[in-house]
Amino acid sequence: MVDVTAQYFAVFREQAGRDAEALTTRSQTARELFAELAERHGFLDTTARCKVAINGEMTEWEARLQSGDVVLFFPPVAGG
Amino acid sequence: MAASFEISARPIEPDALKAALAADRAGACVCFEGWVRNHNEGEPVTALEYETHEPLAVKEGERVLAEALERFAIVRARCVHRTGRLEIGDCAVWVGVSAAHRGAAFDACRYIIDEIKHRLPIWKKEHYSSGESGWVNCARPERDGAALPSS
Repeated sequence: MVDVTAQYFAVFREQAGRDAEALTTRSQTARELFAELAERHGFLDTTARCKVAINGEMTEWEARLQSGDVVLFFPPVAGG
Repeated sequence: MAASFEISARPIEPDALKAALAADRAGACVCFEGWVRNHNEGEPVTALEYETHEPLAVKEGERVLAEALERFAIVRARCVHRTGRLEIGDCAVWVGVSAAHRGAAFDACRYIIDEIKHRLPIWKKEHYSSGESGWVNCARPERDGAALPSS
């Protein structure tokens, strides 16, 4: 189990009803944690269209989680 | 400075931004302005709201400008992207490039705006005249009647 903080943006923030939450999880990777949270909060976008950052750096979905990590979930972007 | 990227909560002032592109060896300047329009995909739009993750948007924006300086024979490049609520006609994003010749300036400007739109953690919420709203490119529940966007 690891203790992490998840942060949500845009549509994820609205669907989760909060911009961040502290979690204790069995998920070992960012991808597993996303699946867990998507189930809980009803996120509809898939990892193929989303991005993840850990501790302020963009990273891969397979990145392994460590206690204390701050995991940022970015839904599909739309700049311009 | 050859390149600068900024996220701004205040209105964009193109004239002031353009002035900073000037250089004696520049013979061309190309600027692009993205404006808030009153419709998108057949829906009347009344306003837009931009949300960003500023530290990572700035980091990725600076990376895009550095790539443009490396790939094209340009002198200076700048970009400012708005955050917050914007009304119809407001400037949402500004890109400016100066170069010795126009070809590189056009190409670099196009490269920068295309990359900015696809790579930066910036999200756009459209407010419609029906009172509804929606995040552009994000999947919506079935009841809204909108399928997963293709782009």
